[in-house]
Formats: sequence, structure tokens, C-alpha cells
Amino acid sequence: MSPRIGVITFPGTLDDVDAARAVSYSGAEPVALWHADADLRGVDAVVVPGGFSYGDYLRAGAIAAQAPVMQSVVDAARGGMPVLGICNGFQILCEAGLLPGALIRNASLRFICRDQWLRVENTATTWTSRFDGGAEILVPMKNAEGCFVAADAVLDELEGEGRVLFRYVGDGPDQGNPNGAMRDIAGICSADGRIAGLMPHPEHAIDPLTGPTDDGLGLFYSVLDSIGVSA
Amino acid sequence: MARVAVDVVIKPEILDPQGKAILAALGRSGHTGITSVRQGKHFDLEVDDSVTDAELEEIAGTLLANPVIETWTVTRLAEVAG
Repeated sequence: MSPRIGVITFPGTLDDVDAARAVSYSGAEPVALWHADADLRGVDAVVVPGGFSYGDYLRAGAIAAQAPVMQSVVDAARGGMPVLGICNGFQILCEAGLLPGALIRNASLRFICRDQWLRVENTATTWTSRFDGGAEILVPMKNAEGCFVAADAVLDELEGEGRVLFRYVGDGPDQGNPNGAMRDIAGICSADGRIAGLMPHPEHAIDPLTGPTDDGLGLFYSVLDSIGVSA
Repeated sequence: MARVAVDVVIKPEILDPQGKAILAALGRSGHTGITSVRQGKHFDLEVDDSVTDAELEEIAGTLLANPVIETWTVTRLAEVAG
């Protein structure tokens, strides 16, 4: 039986379909999870996808973090279940307290939509084990509130523990740090490497037909190794 | 019943690009004496007598504000008839 990976849909979620498609491409079975239903349907891992849950009211991700399904995700994540938050999903994981820091308005105040180079900074985690050390990947990015901020002590701890997963890299006018994120951080993970969040969208980069690369598939293959079934 | 105001502002050390944009607009419209703008949020709550100050602090600190990036004040304004 193939592993089952849940993909949550909140009101205003946009990228649940692409996240489910990425799960399918990797060889796992995508399982639709609903914001108002606390039942995780026995999944082996969860993806919290991007979009504008609850219209970004209050703060991006703040209302979704209180949804019934997220209470279950928080409990399961604290018990070791792998969880990946992409874009709005990253914001939700920060608001839910599963990851440190916060995402604020881009320094430019603009919605930024472009293909973005990232460096994979730690390849020993649940969601990055299939990447080569120092690998640079190209995936789409599209957000208005992608600027990662945290206290200096938290940033030092993240760096010291290898919890900076992805950093913005690349030269030229449309590369490098796009939004003022502290220390060029695009994605981070929990101390055990099982809970990860990033602003760019690996689920949009799984097939050269529909995205800039298939670099994003690496995250989905990686988690399959971790949950016991090899793709 | 009481009216309660919760004011939320971004911490001084956190970048506030919206505040900076407003400051720039003020300068363009001739208000050159303004040296800083920080944009925040204001919430008006009507609460019944069962709601304690501790509960209001919890509401402000866990949902209305994000303590990673914001600070807040809770102010009881007035009793409301009814």
C-alpha cells in the first residue's frame, strides 16, 4: 500500500490541487483533508498548502491556525508526524506555534511572483534528504507576505542547529533575497527536522511541462523515505 | 457589558514597510515634520461581565496579536448599558 499524505483545504486555499498532484507524482496517495474536520484520516504526513486562507484576515495564517484540523495537525506533529507548510501553509505553521518566527509584508510592499533560486542548506532532514549537499533548486515563488523575521537569538539557534532549510540565492536583478527576509531565509524546520515550512512553491516545480523544473519533487521523495516506503 | 479596546503595534525592531510608505507619502504632501510612522491595528470588543482582564490578555496575546512581531495594550473603556 502506498503511503498516504494529507493535503488540507481551508476556505481560500489555492494550491491544494497542485500539492495533491505533487504527492501523486512522488508515488504516494494524496488524501483530502478539510479545515473544519479534525479527522486526519490516518495519513502518514500532512502538507499545508498555499493560498489565502480566510482571506488573510487578521494576519496571514492566523485564523487557519485555529481551525479544527490544525489542532489535530499540531498534536500529530508533536508526536513526530512529518508536516510541510508551503507559502500560506508556512505562515499557518508559524501562527500555530509549530515553527518559530513570523512572515511579514515584503519589504518592497509588492506581491512578488517569479521563479526563485534556493540553496538547500540541510540535506539531513525529513523533507530534504534526497537533495545533494549545497544543491541549488529553481522553484516558483508568489507572495506578498514572505519576509521571514525572528528575534536574533532565535535566528542564531536556527542557524546553529542546522534548521535553516532553504536560503534565497542567485545573482541578478530578479534573484537573491526577494523580500527582506532575515539572513536570506526562505524555509526552516523543527529541531527534529520533521516539521518544515518555506515560502516558495516546490509543488509547482514537479514537471518541466508545467513548471520551471522538477526540483520540487525532491521534498516529496524525501518524506517518502522517512515514512517507510521508497519511491 | 463593557467596551474594551485592544491596540496592536509592530515591535520597534521589526521592519514596518507600510509605515515607511505612509511616511514617504506624508513627506510628499508637505508634512515634512513627521519623522516616523508605525502602522498597527485597533480592535473594539464588547464583553460581558464574565470576561476577566486575564482572559482579555490571553485573547490579545494569542489571536489578536502575534507576540513574535507585535505588542499590544488592552484598555477597558466604559460600561455599556444592557
